[in-house]
Amino acid sequence: MAEEKSNAEAYWKANLRLITGCLIVWALVSYGFAILLRPMLAGIPVGGTDLGFWFAQQGSILTFIGLIFFYAWKMNRLDKQYGLGE
Amino acid sequence: MSQFAINVLFVGASFALYIGIAIWAKAGSTKDFYVAGGGVHPVTNGMAIGADWMSAASFISMAGLIAAGGYANSTFLMGWTGGYVLLAMLLAPYLRKFGKFTVPEFIGDRFYSRTARMVAVVCLIVASVTYVIGQMAGAGVAFSRFLEVDATTGLIIAAIVVFFYSVLGGMKGITYTQVAQYIVLIIAYTIPAVFISLQLTDNPIPALGLFSDHTASGEPLLSKLNEVVTALGFNSYTGMVDNKLNMVLFTLSLMIGTAGLPHVIMRFFTVPKVADARWSAGWALVFIGLLYLTAPAVASMARLNLMTTIYPDMAGQVENYDAAAADSIAYADRPNWIRTWEETGLITFEDKNNDGKIQFYNPSADFSDRGWKGNELTVNNDILVLANPEIANLPGWVIGLIAAGGLAAALSTAAGLLLAISSAISHDLIKGAINPNITEKGELLAARISMSVAIVVATYLGANPPGFAAQVVALAFGIAAASLFPVLMMGIFSKRVNNKGAIAGMLSGLIFTLVYIFVYKGWFFIPGTNNLADTPANWVMGISPLSIGAVGAIINFAVAYAVSNASEQPPQEIQDLVESVRYPKGAGGAVDH
Repeated sequence: MAEEKSNAEAYWKANLRLITGCLIVWALVSYGFAILLRPMLAGIPVGGTDLGFWFAQQGSILTFIGLIFFYAWKMNRLDKQYGLGE
Repeated sequence: MSQFAINVLFVGASFALYIGIAIWAKAGSTKDFYVAGGGVHPVTNGMAIGADWMSAASFISMAGLIAAGGYANSTFLMGWTGGYVLLAMLLAPYLRKFGKFTVPEFIGDRFYSRTARMVAVVCLIVASVTYVIGQMAGAGVAFSRFLEVDATTGLIIAAIVVFFYSVLGGMKGITYTQVAQYIVLIIAYTIPAVFISLQLTDNPIPALGLFSDHTASGEPLLSKLNEVVTALGFNSYTGMVDNKLNMVLFTLSLMIGTAGLPHVIMRFFTVPKVADARWSAGWALVFIGLLYLTAPAVASMARLNLMTTIYPDMAGQVENYDAAAADSIAYADRPNWIRTWEETGLITFEDKNNDGKIQFYNPSADFSDRGWKGNELTVNNDILVLANPEIANLPGWVIGLIAAGGLAAALSTAAGLLLAISSAISHDLIKGAINPNITEKGELLAARISMSVAIVVATYLGANPPGFAAQVVALAFGIAAASLFPVLMMGIFSKRVNNKGAIAGMLSGLIFTLVYIFVYKGWFFIPGTNNLADTPANWVMGISPLSIGAVGAIINFAVAYAVSNASEQPPQEIQDLVESVRYPKGAGGAVDH
């Protein structure tokens, strides 16, 4: 029982770590590159404008899609690894 | 064949398809009705979520907003997609594991409080009703423009179609209809965009065309657009925004609001497994992304086309923009699409300097040196996507397709919202509070009756919009962001937050947000009752009423933690419940009590 409980706790901690990592990337591409850090990226030209504009209109969306699939894939592995899947 | 006949053909064929699907997928049980029997494949579900989520606002209005605002309005693109990351990681899998039918039901069980459940029901109904009014009004406009009937008749046709497939089929009918609607709307959005991208940049993929060279001038498309709009006194299309705090908070409000809107969350109850809830969110964003990656291309290309229609000399390589600006088209020579949209009142013209030509420029810019006496052409942002095929001279069937697509977007979202409203009434209000002993058959009947009533109310309000259609979107997102999202997230990620904390958090987030919106937009949106003018100079720290939902959410979190820590621990069985939703193991289908 105690072993089961610590296993579950380890699974939850791993999930929280994964979520934190993903949300850092999520915030970095949207609030960071696309808005607050855009002046710093202004020197990198992309098709008539700069990289920050690309992140604001397309890059962040593409990153979001990648993040969700990465999370789903990684969580499926964690489910199996800790024996807590369905 | 006339344009009218083509439009009727496209719209009629798409409606016949939706109704056919509804008959095939008729709901037999409450489980079918609320969660489609719990057996929807993640890809199918993702596509249905895509159609559910992408409303008339995404299909019709968004590209127009981006075209008008350029970089500043990228907030809509990021805000309405970034919420899915939050859903996939913070809410969807756990709520699916919890395995009930509605969002208020989770809040009521987790915070062991009927009061919390009822507060959630009220938030859900207010957010969803305000949202559905916009959809019905949008459907009415699309009908009146393309089927040449008056808006009210159009609205009633739309209501009958929605009634037929959502009341009959429930979630099961809606899910499969929405898959068909997604396909219709994405084709309708993409085809004109591909043609226009080819015309302007030779690139068949609009999302890539946006960052390619403009064929006629040889410059990058966005540089060309910047030159044209700044020559006419508008802000640079790709320019920076000064008020970064407001831009961040607005994006955050849209993201949190997206993740907190009950009609979207409900969709994750329909998949068979917890893992499928995660995949569903990913697929949903893929299908949404197809439109959202095309939208900014449509926006910039339509803006350029619009400008060069008025100022033909600006279309190619330009030596002198002042000279090109002097040679605009004469009002008498205006293209047909301007004439048709003038009839709807969404384009207006006034020859202020009596030269017979159209001068179209930033109304606050001063061009008296060019002999201009004010901007003469007013174009409503909302017509941009609908008029796009006509502006680019595309064939008639593309216009018919756009009509069917716009209606698909409005109707699919309306159906999802109506389902969320009816389940809150029949499941949470009637079964949860008024008559817990109701039979399944009785509950199903109650769900169908409440949905019918919701359709009548939405149709009435869509035909007589209370004059605040644009503001109510802020209200819907503000409520979802400030009240529902924080308590759902805390219910999963904290065992410490108790009933008192959740209720105090929801109410303080909600009241703060409402008061801030009402102070600038008028109390209950009654014109003239606002305490302060809705201008950036009056906003607290430059935060607009549209962005306040994010602040409300932060207040909700803070109050809930403070109150919970000052009061008792939740009972042991609630802590066990929180524990159990965190692990996928042992999830059954979505079940009743």
